[in-house]
Amino acid sequence: MSAVEEVVTEAPAVEAVPKRAMTLGLGTSLVVLAALVIAPLFVKNFIIFQMTMLLIYALAVLALNILTGGSGQFSLGQSAFYAVGAYTSAILMEHVGMNYALTLPIAGIICFAFGFVFGQPALRLSGVYLALATFALAVAMPQLLKLGFFEHWTGGVQGLVVTKPDAPFGLPMSQDMWLYYFTLVIGVGIYIASVNLLRSRSGRAFMAIRDNEIAASAMGVDVALYKTLAFGVSAGITGVAGGLGAIAVQFVAPDGYTITLAISLFLGMVVGGVGWLPGSIVGSAFIIFVPNIAEGISKGLSGAVFGVLLFLVIFLVPHGARQVAMVAQQMLGKLKKN
Amino acid sequence: MTAMLNIKDLRAYYGQVQALHGLSFSLNEGSLTTLLGANGAGKTTTLRAICNMVRSTGAIEFEGKALSGKSTENVVRLGIAHVPQGRGTFTTMTVEENLQLGAITRNDKKGVVADIERMYEHFPVLKERHTQQAGTLSGGEQQMLAVARALMLRPRLMLLDEPSFGLAPLIVRELFKILGKINREDKVTILVVEQNAQLALELADQAYVIETGRIVMSGNAKDIATNEDVRKSYLGY
Amino acid sequence: MELFTNQVLAGIATGAIYACMALAVVMIYQAIDHLNFAQGEMAMFSTFISWQLMQWGIPYWWAFLATLIISFGGGILIERLLFKPLAKAPILTNVAGFIALFAIVNSVAGLIWDFTIKQYPSPFGSSPFLGSQLISTHQAGMIGVTLLLLILLFLFFQYTRIGLAMRAAASLPESARLVGINTSWMIALGWGMATAIGAIAGILIAPVVFLEPNMMGGVLIYGFAAAVLGGLTSPLGAVLGGFLVGVFENLAGTYIPGVGNELKLPIALALIITVLVVKPAGLLGRPIVKRV
Repeated sequence: MSAVEEVVTEAPAVEAVPKRAMTLGLGTSLVVLAALVIAPLFVKNFIIFQMTMLLIYALAVLALNILTGGSGQFSLGQSAFYAVGAYTSAILMEHVGMNYALTLPIAGIICFAFGFVFGQPALRLSGVYLALATFALAVAMPQLLKLGFFEHWTGGVQGLVVTKPDAPFGLPMSQDMWLYYFTLVIGVGIYIASVNLLRSRSGRAFMAIRDNEIAASAMGVDVALYKTLAFGVSAGITGVAGGLGAIAVQFVAPDGYTITLAISLFLGMVVGGVGWLPGSIVGSAFIIFVPNIAEGISKGLSGAVFGVLLFLVIFLVPHGARQVAMVAQQMLGKLKKN
Repeated sequence: MTAMLNIKDLRAYYGQVQALHGLSFSLNEGSLTTLLGANGAGKTTTLRAICNMVRSTGAIEFEGKALSGKSTENVVRLGIAHVPQGRGTFTTMTVEENLQLGAITRNDKKGVVADIERMYEHFPVLKERHTQQAGTLSGGEQQMLAVARALMLRPRLMLLDEPSFGLAPLIVRELFKILGKINREDKVTILVVEQNAQLALELADQAYVIETGRIVMSGNAKDIATNEDVRKSYLGY
Repeated sequence: MELFTNQVLAGIATGAIYACMALAVVMIYQAIDHLNFAQGEMAMFSTFISWQLMQWGIPYWWAFLATLIISFGGGILIERLLFKPLAKAPILTNVAGFIALFAIVNSVAGLIWDFTIKQYPSPFGSSPFLGSQLISTHQAGMIGVTLLLLILLFLFFQYTRIGLAMRAAASLPESARLVGINTSWMIALGWGMATAIGAIAGILIAPVVFLEPNMMGGVLIYGFAAAVLGGLTSPLGAVLGGFLVGVFENLAGTYIPGVGNELKLPIALALIITVLVVKPAGLLGRPIVKRV
């Protein structure tokens, strides 16, 4: 008896963003950059700290955007890479005495390797199955970090305290402000590199795989290589973000990197617009500020308020901030004509 | 003869791309009409537009009722059966389940059982395989199943999209013979979209030719078949 | 050897929980092609409703029935109000919707019934089953109800008209519409049924894990894993998967050194993923052929 197979001609699970629309125009980008540069000069240190976290989470969301929006692979496990990056920086700074800036590329490389290796078994999984696998990774990570075996390095359940660096060369700015600009420079650098990556041949390979894996493979794209590469790059950037996060928050502990973080990053990607790199900062703002707003509205029902706000956002703009940007662009275009 | 289906100025769109540019034609009750044209001319789009499976503007009237705004399933419930391109067979279900699905909107249990028997008479090969999974049937058998399933609706109008596709000529002849029988005996109005113009013109009374989303020729099937210029310019033989 | 058998039996007993949850998961997957992350929370909420009814003096089985009906209706309502508008939105946006629903249901349950743990009665009692120390009567009852549910679902899908229509709508929505099936309502019905099944799962699980808003967290994950392991297209696979997951979990806890309670979940998931790498469609799932 022949087993009847289900024949599926699948629409891609992740929809394509036209290449031209993948970034903001040059003008808008410069305006945003200027705002980011000037803002800290006018606000208190705590707000500067929040802005630093905004940039850090934006980096993590950007990394997820490359993986999911770029190469079409789901991941609910970014918190694991973030944690590895954070702990790498913390351990190198506190146990080895390394300079904080040097720990970041090391965190990035270690996480790249970690992501690349994880990408291998993930090759045979997709969609729902890959989501489950990455979910397992995210759930496992806090437990692994608590293991007695590693306690000497990780500090176990208590975690490690991280020393915040002073501004170098005796520059007249607070630690928070220095860290902000440091993060901004790294963030902008990674953003530009990511945009170029997605425009390059590798980026086209990613997107070919996202849109139709079988066709891509038939066209000669080394699917296995690019899929694991995407995982590696995404993990690496998330690791750098994690390292920065550890320095900004001044400590690392296992329960700071739970599945809740992974889910938040996922929501950040959706709200910002999947595959739209500039949206990462909008998504980051959502996941940092909206939970606080929800708690402000109702302490007892903060989760429900958050859910309602999230629903509002996805009803109004199912494609995320990218949709808002496109509508704005169209309206501007009409204004220019008149 | 009353016009059962009236289409005026139909324009259809796939996203931003316009596929039909103001199509107008009508079908008389009891007729067997064929819609011909090259690949990509818009034949499939026309059938899909009738069933509201694609965004369109213009007026489509079936037995006096306007079809615009109705969901696909509600159009079908008015008595229009559509055998889509690729047949749309439920491959993981048995032959008999496929036939039962054709009649899923009907409430007369006894009538449905009787109709299934009639389908087995029209298509004996289906009776042979009635407990087999539909996906294991050959192409020709699946096409018969698709037609039988459409007939289970007791439709007033049947739309067929390239029923000859991928089938051996002998089987196509058989199939078309049965279609003719259904048209005459069961009084089902039929609109057949075909690339195989020759066979379709032998079967049909009326014919329309589509080119890039517009009707370029219409008339009696026999006249079109014998008109050499038409055959050469539009039908390629 | 005796330890092994004991652990396997104990695993089957806990696996009944996962099997029941997995059935609800497969039910919804069949209807909408995704996993609904909020399903565990909805099951929890239904269980609280039944508890509340009993607090108001309604006897167990009437409360059970009422809860089933309320859950069925509630599932349909949630789908019509919250997810029908998202039908044309990308899948990831729908997933964000499930997460939002999760947050809302969990939070509201916490507000209405607070987070203190409550006892929940079992209609089967909790004495040793047939004298065995490993399976209590409640656990045997769980296994029995899950199997009964499985049989009822099978009969529903194979022999009723609506069951056939739902199968068609899930299998080929466009063809289903072409035979006159309102596929949108089939999805709503799928949600209703999944929510009702989830309610049954919650009501069976609560006596064991105790009733509180966060009770379904771990269970849902295992339920997903079980459903995926069994093959998302097969209710029987889901049930089998549930029992297997229970057994995996127990054996991993017993035999792999250093695996305390915390690592049981990731290890179980890792085992499942290993199976998936070898058999991507799950144990009893239909292999999916992808066309370019």
